[in-house]
Amino acid sequence: MAMDLKEIEKFIKEAMPDASIEIQDLAGDGNHYSATVTSSQFAGKSKIEQHKMVYNSLKGRMGNELHALAIKTKEQ
Amino acid sequence: MDDKTKNIIQNHIDTNDVCLFMKGTPDAPQCGFSMAVSNMLKILEVNFKSVNVLEDQSIREGIKIFSDWPTIPQLYVKKEFVGGCDIVKEMYESGELKKVFSDKGINFKK
Repeated sequence: MAMDLKEIEKFIKEAMPDASIEIQDLAGDGNHYSATVTSSQFAGKSKIEQHKMVYNSLKGRMGNELHALAIKTKEQ
Repeated sequence: MDDKTKNIIQNHIDTNDVCLFMKGTPDAPQCGFSMAVSNMLKILEVNFKSVNVLEDQSIREGIKIFSDWPTIPQLYVKKEFVGGCDIVKEMYESGELKKVFSDKGINFKK
């Protein structure tokens, strides 16, 4: 169970085309990532809603194929 | 999620002002993210109830549906979902977490 960095980026980009995304493979094992997502779509939303938008873009992979993804969201 | 699981989760949240669903226990956390949140609460000397989701598979899966949140840990304060590890950490660092405790009348180390 692992997910490629490019794949994660692709899913987020699909859901939030305007987003700028920085992803790091924290442990080099394809299983622990951190993502910083900056998007205008976050405007006016709570942190919980913002993180949910990122989780939703991964279409159920979070917590399954993707074990750990630390998320930081920023409004543009 | 069946009603029994939902009731157990609801009961934990209703009867504990600060309730942390985590992997392992505060003394023996089984995941770095759970440990991080548990340690932040310990540093703030907050009295909290921890629920070890590894002890019950139905709660482990149920809490994700209950909160509509795919990961664990999950922190509830006064019945309100505050967030997972990333959000709680950000709030801890910005001082916002203390504000939440203060606003909700939870005792913590000032």
